[in-house]
Amino acid sequence: MPTISVDKAELFKELGKDYTTEEFDELCFEFGIELDEDTTNSDRPTVDGKQEPPQLKIEIPANRYDLLCFEGIALMLNIFLGRKPLPNYRLIEPPSGELQKIIVKEDTMKVRPLVSGAILRNVTFDQARYESFIALQDKLHQNLARQRTLVSIGTHDLDTIQGPFTYEALPPRDIRFVPLNQTQEMNGEELMDFYDKDKHLGKYLHIIRDSPVYPVIYDSQRTVCSLPPIINGDHSKITLNTRNVFIEITALDKTKVEIVNKIMVSMFSQYTSEPFTIEPIQVVSEHNNETRITPDIAPRTTQAEVSYLNQCCGLQLSQEDICKLLKKMAYDATPSSSSDLVDVHIPPTRADVLHQADIMEDVAIAYGFNKLPRSFPSKSGTIAQPLPINKLSDIVRVEAAMAGWSEVLPLILCSHDENFAWLNRKDDGNIAVKLANPKTMEFQVVRTSLLPGLLKTIRENKQHSVPMKIFEVSDVAFKDLSLERKSRNERHFAAAWYGKSSGFEVVHGLLDRIMSMLKSAFITGEEGLENPEVGASHYWIEELNDPTFFPGHAASVHLRIGDKDHTIGAFGILHPTVLENYEMKYPVSTLEINIEAFL
Amino acid sequence: MASDMTKPILDALSASEGPILSSEAFPSIPSLSIKSAVDRLASRQMVEYETIEKEAAVLTKEGEDIAANGSHEAKVFEAVVAAIDGLKIGDLPGIVGKENAGIGQGNAFKRGWIKKDKDTLRATTDSIVDETRDLLLNIKKSQAVADKKVLVDLKRRKLISIQKVISFKISKGPKYAKEFVKEETDLTAEMLHDGSWKTAHFKPYNFNARGAPAPSGALHPLNKVRQEFRSIFFEMGFEEMPTNRFVETGFWNFDALYVPQQHPARDLQDTFYISDPLTADPPREDPEHDPHRPKPVHKPTTTEKKLDYKEYWENVRQVHEDGKYGSIGYRYPWSAKESLRLVLRTHTTSVSTYMLHKLAANPRPARYFSIDRVFRNEAVDATHLAEFHQIEGVIADFGLTLGGLIGFMEVFFAKMGIHQLRFKPAYNPYTEPSMEIFGYHEGLGKWVEIGNSGMFRPEMLEPMGLPKDMRVYGWGLSLERPTMIKYAVSNIRELLGHKVDLNFIETNPAVRLEKE
Repeated sequence: MPTISVDKAELFKELGKDYTTEEFDELCFEFGIELDEDTTNSDRPTVDGKQEPPQLKIEIPANRYDLLCFEGIALMLNIFLGRKPLPNYRLIEPPSGELQKIIVKEDTMKVRPLVSGAILRNVTFDQARYESFIALQDKLHQNLARQRTLVSIGTHDLDTIQGPFTYEALPPRDIRFVPLNQTQEMNGEELMDFYDKDKHLGKYLHIIRDSPVYPVIYDSQRTVCSLPPIINGDHSKITLNTRNVFIEITALDKTKVEIVNKIMVSMFSQYTSEPFTIEPIQVVSEHNNETRITPDIAPRTTQAEVSYLNQCCGLQLSQEDICKLLKKMAYDATPSSSSDLVDVHIPPTRADVLHQADIMEDVAIAYGFNKLPRSFPSKSGTIAQPLPINKLSDIVRVEAAMAGWSEVLPLILCSHDENFAWLNRKDDGNIAVKLANPKTMEFQVVRTSLLPGLLKTIRENKQHSVPMKIFEVSDVAFKDLSLERKSRNERHFAAAWYGKSSGFEVVHGLLDRIMSMLKSAFITGEEGLENPEVGASHYWIEELNDPTFFPGHAASVHLRIGDKDHTIGAFGILHPTVLENYEMKYPVSTLEINIEAFL
Repeated sequence: MASDMTKPILDALSASEGPILSSEAFPSIPSLSIKSAVDRLASRQMVEYETIEKEAAVLTKEGEDIAANGSHEAKVFEAVVAAIDGLKIGDLPGIVGKENAGIGQGNAFKRGWIKKDKDTLRATTDSIVDETRDLLLNIKKSQAVADKKVLVDLKRRKLISIQKVISFKISKGPKYAKEFVKEETDLTAEMLHDGSWKTAHFKPYNFNARGAPAPSGALHPLNKVRQEFRSIFFEMGFEEMPTNRFVETGFWNFDALYVPQQHPARDLQDTFYISDPLTADPPREDPEHDPHRPKPVHKPTTTEKKLDYKEYWENVRQVHEDGKYGSIGYRYPWSAKESLRLVLRTHTTSVSTYMLHKLAANPRPARYFSIDRVFRNEAVDATHLAEFHQIEGVIADFGLTLGGLIGFMEVFFAKMGIHQLRFKPAYNPYTEPSMEIFGYHEGLGKWVEIGNSGMFRPEMLEPMGLPKDMRVYGWGLSLERPTMIKYAVSNIRELLGHKVDLNFIETNPAVRLEKE
């Protein structure tokens, strides 16, 4: 969730009330934003000999792009408090009657095909407004625009450039200009090198770097306005004295480019000489049918069902009640001719409203979540039941603990070596699920065995008295190409003994105990298998040659349920090389079985 | 162990009018033996005692030998006298020992007891007074040396040493008796058998000491808290969902939940993607033999509709790309490839989605829950691990209201001892409304966020084929966070993973959420 810092005194001035921190916190809580911090009593940085005034740090829900700046927060809270009406945003054509144009060249399809824009006339900036204007672009770039990949914004002093503008895509060498706040002219290639190590811009270079053509916006005099999504030209930069602002927005995403445009103009058109007016521009883009006039700031009109709103909220509101509540949330709503409908006009600031469910939520917020009549949804009886594999696991867990073993809970992800090489196991490529983008070596594969976790737990608990007796009942995962998700979990039970002697027989005894609690009888040899006296489920063990274990001291565990034989696992003394890999000083015996056969 | 001194002490007290001094009554008994006896007697109030510490001159081994057998010079003198016609000097060490011969001969000359006649020693007197021996005998008795010069001389000659001597002044206690009866420490089978328990005296039990440590296994603290949550869900009629599936598809983890494909949650920075295997299949019916297929407790009486997975997939695409079910949609080109990428599930809501889709075969009231591991590609720190447990609940029914969700949460959290709740509007791509749940924490004296809740979006439910008037609550919280608050654990790695202290697991008390 984005966090926005706003000047406390300025905001309270806008809201017409000097709130205490608690009061303001409460207001935020009801409205659905969160006061993270009030810096009044904190150490505030001093810049140029002036201490930063107290700030409010406010967390904004990720879909409320209209709250990403001071102007938006002040406006929406004022509307919520009933202190201000929703502004009437208007498009005003220039006196000449001729709109500014951005002419789009088809080559832009190769790199960044969409463009949009707008003009704000007779804007008055001051330091705070200017900073907020820059900060909003930054927040939009970070969030909705996904680090400028989907959308990027350039803003220019219109009086330094001349339309019509062209949006083109050219080879990097052919683009030459002085980037913002630089003095030296450079071409597209040089620019990439120049900003390669730049802390701020370096991370955006990859978006176009390897493209044969770079997107670029020129004015009619071939002045470079910007090289989106990296940087603007220095020539047309905005200053505190700028009066007329040209906003251009380039994008990969058709919906988001217009959302960004609407947010930019609705937030800053209040500083024009005639507040809330916007001069539209014409985008000429015949090759992809994107010729249009932007921005479209007309409210989106839809209808919401009174019965739906009331049902979900558990209220009995009239059409008028609903309209009144919606007004607090910046909608313009009127009762419809049909008694079950209200006509809702969604302002250009509210791109997050997709369905009447969103309108319903706003009715509930305006009414107050904490004032809604509370009830208990108990009309329908349902029957509780545990997941069978979890019930089975609980039996094994409790039996193991009652037998004197302690349950541990290691991680499910581990390194490839821990899962394979360190256990003297080979990866044939068909077993483990591997991660594409782990941040550390610790998380390379989903474990296929519980042993690495148990051994790491022992390694980290060497100060504990010996013997250590630990166990885990949990899932491992295997590749399984026959399934939709290409993998499957398997529930395992594993235990490890660490002590001065091997504990081989102790681990064997634990197996016997668990088997007997799961109603499986121990039998030996073929003789026993054919004994009709033996019950429906029985098990036996066979000597096992497995490099994980010490030769001659390991056994596989076999289970026969009904007529079906399963090899469910193994136990034994770990091979000394395994002990060395896991930094074990004493011998370790382990047991690991798949318990799914008992389901 | 030295002989039991309790009896001699009791006897000595009986014979004496007043208190006795152990140094006088039992001069040759080591003070440790006296101490253990008086302690035992004192614990039964049979005696009272004071400890006396003083410095004493104690004979060394050599000093003891002189006190017993005479000084070196006396031994030499006796040897000379014993020889009938003088003693050859060369024979002296053979008779009195090498050690005595040198020093003794010199001292005997000095005292004028013997004289040398060529190579023969002869006595000059008939009798001598062995002063050294007398002095040492005296010191042995008094344990003191009056003359400082003598003291220094004797110490130099290593005949005495100065030691701290502990003795006791013992007097009769309030429960003094002449006999010390042997105490039994335990009731044994033999006593029952021979009846001796009737007359035996039992040593009083030390009620200040701990009992013998009980050898025991232990369940993991986090799983104990998990069990409490499971119980709460069972008490409230919930069925546990099949969450034994770590790997999910982009479809079930995100798309079906109406999380757009450009959502930050789907970033490489946040989600673990799978490199092997690489690509999933589109959603389809589970295999018949899958032992984990959900089975309802009783077969519903109404017939089940066959689920059309292709249609579901297509509905999801449309609702993202163009909008459907009264939604304008996100309006972006939806990629099937993105949907088929495999991920480690980032939440168990993927399983809730799977269950709700199953419910569409026969829409009816249902309550589901799960508590299981989820994975986030986060940088690990004190409060974040790449893995944690998510607790999730789902209620599907007709005519559910937001007030009902709030009312339900009040009961749910009351069962964990949280009685004051309030709800903050929030954003979540798959719930609308979304409410953050805050509970008042008495200990911390403030409101803390304890979970997230909401009603699932129609864009998530209607593509499944669930009817429009069926509404579904969903809520979730992590298992670790409330556990950390409860046990005052500040680092999540002390609670989950291989770095957890085994002693913490073994000594962690039982969990009773409603009590604390």
